[in-house]
Amino acid sequence: MQHPLLSVSNLTKHFMLNNDFVSRMAGRTRTLKAVDDVSFEIARGETLGLVGESGCGKSTTGRLITRLIEPTSGAVTLDGEDVLALDRRNMLPARKKLQLVFQDPYSSLNPRKTIMQILERPLIVHKIAPGWGERRTRVLELLNLVGLGREHIDRYPHEFSGGQRQRIAIARALAVEPDLVIGDEPVSALDVSIQAQILNLFRELQEKLGLTYLFIAHDLSVIRHISDRVAVMYVGKIVETGPVEEIFANPRHPYTKALMAAVPVADPKSPPPKLMLSGEVATPIDPPPGCRLCKRCPLATPNCETDPPPMRDFGAGHLVACHNI
Amino acid sequence: MADEILSVDDLTVRFHLKRGTLTAVNGVSFDIKRGETFGLVGESGSGKTVTARAIMKLIPTPPGEIPRGRVVFEGQDILKLDPDGIRKLRGNKIAMVFQEPMSALNPVYTVGDQITDVLRTNLGMTRAEARERAGDLLALVGIPSARSRIDNYVHEFSGGMRQRVMLAMALSCDPTFLIADEPTTALDVTIQATILELISSMIDRFGMSLLFITHNLGVVAHACDKIGVMYASHLVEMGTKEEIFAKPCHPYTVGLLNSIPRLDKQTRYLTPIDGTVCNMLDPPRGCKFNPRCAHAMDRCREEIPVLKEVAPGHLAACHLNDMQ
Repeated sequence: MQHPLLSVSNLTKHFMLNNDFVSRMAGRTRTLKAVDDVSFEIARGETLGLVGESGCGKSTTGRLITRLIEPTSGAVTLDGEDVLALDRRNMLPARKKLQLVFQDPYSSLNPRKTIMQILERPLIVHKIAPGWGERRTRVLELLNLVGLGREHIDRYPHEFSGGQRQRIAIARALAVEPDLVIGDEPVSALDVSIQAQILNLFRELQEKLGLTYLFIAHDLSVIRHISDRVAVMYVGKIVETGPVEEIFANPRHPYTKALMAAVPVADPKSPPPKLMLSGEVATPIDPPPGCRLCKRCPLATPNCETDPPPMRDFGAGHLVACHNI
Repeated sequence: MADEILSVDDLTVRFHLKRGTLTAVNGVSFDIKRGETFGLVGESGSGKTVTARAIMKLIPTPPGEIPRGRVVFEGQDILKLDPDGIRKLRGNKIAMVFQEPMSALNPVYTVGDQITDVLRTNLGMTRAEARERAGDLLALVGIPSARSRIDNYVHEFSGGMRQRVMLAMALSCDPTFLIADEPTTALDVTIQATILELISSMIDRFGMSLLFITHNLGVVAHACDKIGVMYASHLVEMGTKEEIFAKPCHPYTVGLLNSIPRLDKQTRYLTPIDGTVCNMLDPPRGCKFNPRCAHAMDRCREEIPVLKEVAPGHLAACHLNDMQ
């Protein structure tokens, strides 16, 4: 990619468990490798879908990029600027460029604040609109942008449905005119009919404002719908990445294949969901050095347990980390 | 008909709340034949879980009330049973699997204790017999090294394994009827696939009938023979899964199917259903779906449509179908 808006390289977050003095002396500390050597790039105006099952590290990746959690190592470059090197004071202007939308619109909005107070907050913090009147105008613009009206501005979050709250959360993210919006499962708490409305809103805003998305989700059909490119994570590692059409037409990694075969498609004529892997999801605590899937994989060979599979290029940006394909 | 194991007729459930009276289930009728799997689909708050709980007579009264309706299970009206009578059915002939295994199972007892408890109460087994059988059941639902895990607590199992424990407990007394209330919703898709496979193999093996409640249209497309679609307390459409997916006849079902992003192709925009679900404390007159329906007519705002046959075995509650 020529000039990616966001470039993440070798991003790693290890949480130390049993990290007290006695355990350290006794050598009982354990390492939870939540995100392990993750690299990807996102071009301006593009949507990267990050997909994986619970605990695979996809949300942690989103939080590391925004530095809500401090990474153990790695680099995050946003618009040419090294985000991880910034101190507290310089982090504020960087945050203006990247904003988050969280999963649960019931807990991400302060119940004691009106919509005006919620949406003017980023304008005050980033000193975008100093006067109250200016802010009021901007908040009305934002509400209009996400499909809410003037009548909603002085209400409280409890007066809104889940879908409307997610619209408010999106408006808050857009208040500072960010370049990159990270959506952390932004539609998974919503019913399908509302989910479709919010997915359309994400699409519409991207076309209108030229936004770049990192869209984190566990639902493959949502990822398929919204993404230009997809990265599949399993236990802290990206196992496969590529253009959305290519990944869905030609999944190569055994995990990606298994994930796709397990989705029940809403059509009785489609093949029934199947699990092609044995056993349960591996633990990210002190994982073996090789491939994280080795214990469950139908293609596993002895070297899978010992050698970490490198990312191999299969053309057109389709990268797969597997020894045996 | 004699081959019906469960017949729900005009079931209505109301809750008297401080803010008013909420009708959670409104005139719902359906039959489930022996060996059949029936899927009840709908979005949050549509009344599907309340329907299931009413069948098990688990609606707390007050605040709940069942002013109308019958639930006939193997010839007897469950709603008229006394507490002793219903206790003989629950867990025995009718078993239930809940969505959240962590809150449905007791965290301070081992899973073995919880399963043997059911066996000793319902089947009068001795402690040793029950323990033996509990081990068999855990093995049956595919828990690895089942006998050594019988003394484990719930927190020592993963989400998928907990759901297997729930299923083992539900199967413990050889029920003829299983109610599964969103059994895979809290699970990852790969685990969901294994649990769905397990449920359908158990259904075949024991010849049980199944009432499967879910919001996931993909899951019903594979787990059920017949489907009922609920919207805002009403059953709006019912038929075989082939009919419902190929020829949906209610605008809500059509909208729901159009809202799902597809795995096989990418579209720029989805076709959502406009608006939001009505306030159930103050529902609109007539068809509950009329404020969101593109085809709503004057009649829809006045008169509640009833389920009518649109094709053999396919029913829909929509005034539009009268016009064709």
